[in-house]
Amino acid sequence: MALLEVKNLDVRFAVRGGDLTALRGISFSLDKGERLGLVGESGAGKSVAAFSILNLIARPGYIAGGQILFEGRDLAAMSERELRKIRGNRIAMIFQDPMMTLNPVLTIGTQMVEAIQAHRKISRKEARAIALDRLKKVQIPSPEKRLDQYPHELSGGMRQRVIIAIALLLDPEIIIADEPTTALDVTIQAEIMDLLLNLCEQENVALMLITHDLGVVSQVTRRMLVMYSGRIIEQGPTREIINDAQHPYTQGLINALPQMGEPGARLFQIPGAMPSLKNVPSGCPFHPRCNFATDQCKRAMPEYVRSGNVDVACYEVANLIEQEKRMQEAES
Amino acid sequence: MTSPLVSIRGLEKRFDLSGSFLEQLRFEGGRLRRKQEAVHAINGVNLEVQKGEALCVVGESGCGKSTVARTVMGLISPSAGEIHYGGQRIDHLDGKAALPYRRKMQMIFQNPYASLNPRMTIQQTLEEPIRFHHPDWTAQAVRDKIHEVMHSVGIDPDWGSRFGHEFSGGQRQRIAIARALAVDPEFIVADEPISALDVSIQAQVLNLLMDARESRGLTYLFITHDLAVVEHFGTRVAVMYLGRVCELADTRTLFATPRHPYTQALLSAIPKLEDDRPNHIRLQGEVPTPVNLPSGCVFHGRCPYANERCRQEVPMLIATDGGAQVACHAVEEQRL
Amino acid sequence: MTTATVSRWDRFRESFFWYSFKRDKVAIASFLVLLSMVLAAVFAPLLAPADPYDLAQINIMNSELPPVGLDGADPAFPLGTDAQGRDLLSTILYGTRVSLMIGFGAVILQAALGILFGLLAGYLGGKVDAILMRVADVQLSFSTLMVAIIVGAVFKASFGNLMFGEIAIYMLIFIIGVAEWPQIARTVRASVLAEKKKEYVDAAKVMGFGTPRIMFRHILPNTLSPIFVIATVQIANAIISEAALSFLGLGMPETQPSLGSLIKSGFDYIQSGSWWITLIPGLVLVVLVLVINLLGDWLRDVMNPRLYKG
Repeated sequence: MALLEVKNLDVRFAVRGGDLTALRGISFSLDKGERLGLVGESGAGKSVAAFSILNLIARPGYIAGGQILFEGRDLAAMSERELRKIRGNRIAMIFQDPMMTLNPVLTIGTQMVEAIQAHRKISRKEARAIALDRLKKVQIPSPEKRLDQYPHELSGGMRQRVIIAIALLLDPEIIIADEPTTALDVTIQAEIMDLLLNLCEQENVALMLITHDLGVVSQVTRRMLVMYSGRIIEQGPTREIINDAQHPYTQGLINALPQMGEPGARLFQIPGAMPSLKNVPSGCPFHPRCNFATDQCKRAMPEYVRSGNVDVACYEVANLIEQEKRMQEAES
Repeated sequence: MTSPLVSIRGLEKRFDLSGSFLEQLRFEGGRLRRKQEAVHAINGVNLEVQKGEALCVVGESGCGKSTVARTVMGLISPSAGEIHYGGQRIDHLDGKAALPYRRKMQMIFQNPYASLNPRMTIQQTLEEPIRFHHPDWTAQAVRDKIHEVMHSVGIDPDWGSRFGHEFSGGQRQRIAIARALAVDPEFIVADEPISALDVSIQAQVLNLLMDARESRGLTYLFITHDLAVVEHFGTRVAVMYLGRVCELADTRTLFATPRHPYTQALLSAIPKLEDDRPNHIRLQGEVPTPVNLPSGCVFHGRCPYANERCRQEVPMLIATDGGAQVACHAVEEQRL
Repeated sequence: MTTATVSRWDRFRESFFWYSFKRDKVAIASFLVLLSMVLAAVFAPLLAPADPYDLAQINIMNSELPPVGLDGADPAFPLGTDAQGRDLLSTILYGTRVSLMIGFGAVILQAALGILFGLLAGYLGGKVDAILMRVADVQLSFSTLMVAIIVGAVFKASFGNLMFGEIAIYMLIFIIGVAEWPQIARTVRASVLAEKKKEYVDAAKVMGFGTPRIMFRHILPNTLSPIFVIATVQIANAIISEAALSFLGLGMPETQPSLGSLIKSGFDYIQSGSWWITLIPGLVLVVLVLVINLLGDWLRDVMNPRLYKG
């Protein structure tokens, strides 16, 4: 059984003039120690997905359907009390902005001790020892000193290390990291990613990495989901998708990267922009921007088809697979 | 050799942190002292932009790249040094005298959500600069010009009566580019023009900027933190670290053979699609604050090759045999 | 080209402003009450049964008649009469007119001064900012009433009572307007400081636009929403200030009564049982100020960008 299994998750936002569907039919699973990437551009719903796993979406958002099974128990149906036992304890979260987790008026040590004592009945001293141990794990220089410092005394990179230390405090099974390095410089980003990856491997923690950066996904994760307009349009092994993307959107996203283009030549570009939640196109939401779109694409959302180890929601891919099958049958 | 279109000479910029005279007074060791602190954003930058090229300035946050851009555009006045445009010194001009250069030099900003006036329609945003710089034009001529720039950046001219907030980030950036192009500039400073945009939109805007360069013969000073973009867009690259240029080279040369240790680290830190693991040169420590600059080479605290000389003496940009200019003692001494 | 053009009215009807107004019952009710009061005040000469300024229409024999429904009431005077025999309904209509004129006039003056000084202080910064804001601090440390008392006394002494009656309304607008401009100037300055860091201002500078053009054409329109909220509340404050001054006998003379001077004129007769002369204009004043403040609260909620742009 998978550690975390999300089944057919629907998330909606109740706004004036009716509900907006932010996530539709999201299904994926995460095994123990696995590293999963969640890729998409802004508005794709990747952060909503991350937040809804811990049932953290704020009103007017709500989970309209589906299940989030963590060790077989449905987080979507759990009471706030029970959820609090899981959040931060069994499933930890890392945000893009460290100051979303850190309280600016408390020292790092106080915050870490409080986080431990919220879940475990141990003394302050023991808790402080755990905190120190985690700060050492994230390779912060002079960790003892950091315990008594305030967040604003640390640099951006160091704060993000503290956040990772906090995430690791209670030996979680899963860490959900929402764009953990987007606000950082490239050289710092590389170090933080390296650290996160090594720690997850060492401690056998499952990592769900939400990012818009395909390079980072390729470096860190083994499996990935590509989201577009609230739907997963492609999921499978990272290497397979990066090397040979099936969905036209994923292909476009990869080919639009400057590192894929010939220097000085025009880049490949996907026309248009991601639709807003208010006017998601009918059928496959990508069809207005897609070169392969047919009438079929406008009518209904395509079902997932399997190509290699990758699940893709695209009629074009389905047709190609169908054709190949027929050709093979004709040959044999 | 032809003279450069824009040249930046010995540019320095300090931002005063200590406030007014009274706020500078500190009581230290039983004595009242005057203490002045400043951010040393740029510390002696020399750059020349040749006509028709796209010079990219790359660096991490706090390296002074945006300050260079804003100083060139006259949004900030330099603490020392000069800016020349087409052979004329322009950094001390103001008001009327600067007006001709305002038309020739334009700027594209980072944040398309803040760079359009929220109370003006697209039509008004584009019309105002044209009327301002060409008061003698007829209404028809102005309309034709607006139509032309809107068309060239790929915005539907029918959208003129709408406001900026009705558009997506990519469309807003197109409108901002249209505004810059509306006065027919020769030289454009682009300050991180795509870093606030999504990946698929970045490619659209980058293509647009490249098309404009070709069709209008534009010269760019392109500020970015993203080396992958530079490789694609730039003809030459200046890598900045803590207010100094540490390497200046042709794009091809720089990417093929980066010489400065910082450039090497920066290049290795770009996450590449073919990597299975982060695969970068590890630097020690973090970027020092530009308030208390390190002595000698500003990079010495993080550099694996630093020696005593690096801690003492500021390295100058020196031409290497590969054609790149590098400010590094290790490269000069051929230790690297 | 008719397809893409959207009229201002359509834009307004689709706006968040209109939407939240439609849903807020308190705002609608307040607006309707205010609107009817403003209309009644504007059309007072047409609506009022009598002209309280016309001495020929006043009969002292009709003084202190109670409102309809009480013993001794005269149906010709539905709200009764005051001590001079003026029809209270007519006097209140005219009084509301005077109060509203002073309220709006004072706020227009405040806004003009406040916007100009706030823009200059915020945009130019440095010495201009320091001087203007210190002047504002000094101005605020005098209470409006104190300034009004002194200025009023000087005016009265130098112009005499008769002349004073004619210029009283302008004097009150001037005093309240000048005394309260720092409120608006501070708000404007704060939003200018936030706006001038935005890139559209840099874009305007890069275009070579002059300082006045950037200040008034580019920054000012973006600072209007908080001014709107403050101005609404300030109208209510100005009306109250005026009422207080008039109650102290430093405002409108009884021959041209505002709501405040009406309340004062009836105050002496409360003991003798003619409570309506004070109570009815008092209620009108309370309702007027209340609905303006309620509208101001609603505006503040609507115009707070953090509440609806997220």
